[in-house]
Amino acid sequence: MNPFTYARAENAHDAFALGSQPGAKYLGGGTNLVDLMRETIERPVTLVDVSGLSSEIEERAGGGLLVGAAVRNTALASHLAVRTRYPMLARAVSSGASAQIRNMATVAGNTLQRTRCAYFYDDEGSRCNKRNPGQGCDAVDGFNRYHAILGASPGCVATHPSDMCVALAALDAVVHLQNARGERTLPFIDLHRLPEDRPEIETLLEPGELITAIELPPLAFGARSTYRKVRDRSSYAFALVSVAVALELDGDTVKDVRMALGGVAHKPWRAWKAEEALRGKPATAESFRAAAEAELAHAQPLRGNAFKVELAKRTLTAVLAELKEMKV
Amino acid sequence: MTVTINGSPAALPDDPRVSLLDLLREHLHLFGAKKGCNQGACGACTVLVDGERVLSCLALAVQYEGRSITTVEGLAPQGDMHPLQKAFISHDGFQCGYCTPGQICSAVGMARELRQGVPSHVTADLRAQTIPPSHDELRERMSGNVCRCGAYNGIVAAIAETFEGAPT
Repeated sequence: MNPFTYARAENAHDAFALGSQPGAKYLGGGTNLVDLMRETIERPVTLVDVSGLSSEIEERAGGGLLVGAAVRNTALASHLAVRTRYPMLARAVSSGASAQIRNMATVAGNTLQRTRCAYFYDDEGSRCNKRNPGQGCDAVDGFNRYHAILGASPGCVATHPSDMCVALAALDAVVHLQNARGERTLPFIDLHRLPEDRPEIETLLEPGELITAIELPPLAFGARSTYRKVRDRSSYAFALVSVAVALELDGDTVKDVRMALGGVAHKPWRAWKAEEALRGKPATAESFRAAAEAELAHAQPLRGNAFKVELAKRTLTAVLAELKEMKV
Repeated sequence: MTVTINGSPAALPDDPRVSLLDLLREHLHLFGAKKGCNQGACGACTVLVDGERVLSCLALAVQYEGRSITTVEGLAPQGDMHPLQKAFISHDGFQCGYCTPGQICSAVGMARELRQGVPSHVTADLRAQTIPPSHDELRERMSGNVCRCGAYNGIVAAIAETFEGAPT
């Protein structure tokens, strides 16, 4: 690990004064950043510890929640309002990492974690455009079972590893940001970017910009929602494919729906096409399947992950069927 | 800058690169927590911070100023054993013993999470205030601790017996 200086931020102004210096990085629970620093993939000169900033979950007018950036993953999944009003989020968080890591990891840190692409981690043996821009990508023609099928580029086929973020994408969450110039908000779905020809740039955050909170807007049918994660072993593994879905029924018709996919793209993937295809349709296995087909129609699998296309379709279809029968 | 380790104050390192695990093992010579993978995958370094289980290999020691750390050495008074340690012996909850301190600290933290109603990936009813410590719950909640000898059945039996009412 390269040498660095450590500073604890007592408040947000403290944080971005320190965090806007060249080579500074914010530190949450450290569960990803410390590992990357040990591998010298991340080489900050200053770590600004923001894990002591807001760890409150506040009620918002109209039934939403404002989740402080330093709320631990365990605390988010355990909060009664999250469990009852946004079960997909509690389920997504609970399915990620291990209990020890969820106790350490913050909400903002979870959002900003880096891909687990093995070629990104292999500094000495592999080429990676995300780690060394312009170097090339060994994943495209390599072992790419875990890689992207949607929205990738020839230069990067990495996936975003978070479970929590898939639920946040489906829930229309809003990110609260702050830097020395002021505050702004950003739809969560716009926070992360697709790789295009700059895979090293993963978010729309400006230099020194700090995530201060994540807002969950009210979702009247949020109780009829869930998260399903498909992986190589039943616990403590990253997703091959995951889906977050909230379903609103009007009798036997789909009145409204929110869907997002994980494990398939460089960012949490909102399934806009599937949502559009399903709204107003009968809540049947046929329309569920048609919606899934619409979303995956333009999937571009790699040599090792063609199975993900059908897996994503079946998982979406199965979760919609599960939610239709759910007692809420 | 100090941290409390098993009830006694200890100085934090000057170098912020020192992990909590290296502080315990290399500076304080507490060898219970193990450096298995040093990348957060195996759970052998699990310790309790203010009663919560964490991975000490991924924790920078300086982040834990003022906090209270409990390692396997501090679970029971000197010369005595925590009930879970005794249960690990009677249920053959280990073979080589390398993962055992991490397993035991993890299970103590897990019992508290169950009491607090923290849901898990296999919790069927998210609205329930109390979660029965079923076999599936225990296995899921302990998935962050790997045992390469494969002593899992004994580990689960020891945990179930110690934290009463748990069916095995």
